[in-house]
Amino acid sequence: MKARHRRFAWIAAGVAVLGVAVALVLNAFQSNLVFFFTPTQVAQKEAPQGRPFRIGGLVEDGSVKRIPNSVEVTFVVTDTAQRVPVVYSGLLPDLFKEGKGVVAQGSLGPDGTFRATEVLAKHDENYMPPEAAAAVEQAHKGKGMSVSTLKESQ
Amino acid sequence: MSLYRYSSPAAFYPLAGMMAPWFAGAALLCTVAGLWIGFGIAPTDFQQGEAYRIIFIHVPSAWMSMFVYLVMGFWSVLALSFNTRLSAMMAQALAPTGAIMTFVALWTGALWGRPTWGTYWAWDARMTSELILLFLYFGVMALRSAIDDPRRADRACAVLTIVGSVNIPIIYFSVQWWNTLHQGASVSLTAAPKMASIMLLGMLVMSFAAWFYAIAVVLWRVQAIILERERGAAWVAELPKLRSAVA
Repeated sequence: MKARHRRFAWIAAGVAVLGVAVALVLNAFQSNLVFFFTPTQVAQKEAPQGRPFRIGGLVEDGSVKRIPNSVEVTFVVTDTAQRVPVVYSGLLPDLFKEGKGVVAQGSLGPDGTFRATEVLAKHDENYMPPEAAAAVEQAHKGKGMSVSTLKESQ
Repeated sequence: MSLYRYSSPAAFYPLAGMMAPWFAGAALLCTVAGLWIGFGIAPTDFQQGEAYRIIFIHVPSAWMSMFVYLVMGFWSVLALSFNTRLSAMMAQALAPTGAIMTFVALWTGALWGRPTWGTYWAWDARMTSELILLFLYFGVMALRSAIDDPRRADRACAVLTIVGSVNIPIIYFSVQWWNTLHQGASVSLTAAPKMASIMLLGMLVMSFAAWFYAIAVVLWRVQAIILERERGAAWVAELPKLRSAVA
């Protein structure tokens, strides 16, 4: 075995050990690396208790209600299994829509209502012209699915 | 073997000078064509409107930021195991281009995030790991300038680069492994693209532009590095450009 081959083997072994170490560390930190918790996780009390966290899911169809003469808005975040009502007062991002993804930061009240301090829109990775989106929408209407729910169910 | 001839800086220097202008020209052509497709032909997006057009800059630069690091890691492994000077010079030449690509990806991402998500920045796994990539590039460049002896700097930078390469799969798979604000990949090797084909075409042409730009710039930069580090060598003194400059 030549010296340079031995060096190469040591580098390969070093990278492999490092990779395993990082994989184990990331695995241990798994729960701290999530950007948001789903309504199901909240229902199972996996979300942090008594301190702010983020909740993510879809804005339930027909759930967005604006309080007249204020910037307060209420809506329901759902992952189609569980639902969490959210109260927020402030400006919503342009892509905030019923049936679309949302991530809200705030804390869970004792009544089970999530009081959000910040609401972000989470969009999907599909890009197409509006006409194509309308055609896809039309094609799935019979099954009661929209583009976004179709994507979520995959 | 004849290909190994080019592992010598003296032989690679003229080859790099010969190839670079062609890649620069190809980069210019692809940039014009890609921007024309992206901003002139591609339709408006059904949910993001015009804001999605940042994708034509954002995705190519983000891809390049990761790919350049992998190439840098490849040269670092060669430099460390075979002790070849040119490999280390290639790794050195790649770092600034990788850093620029990472910065552009983060910057355009922030400009894209504001109108769509509602925020410039969020500490989700994708964005945080990409920011770490920027610091890795800065770290490699800083380490090199901190060590006076070029051969020791080569080895130190190679080790840091190889260690840092574990970050690349983390960036790429972060959107699959964890809940992130950043959406998943629209284009991957394993699934059909989730984009209209004209949008995809614009993005791919812009990606080729980023490739050709990076190759051209790195070849020119490695020429400068060769000249600087081999300045004592006889063949450098013999270069027509230098002889006329001295005369």
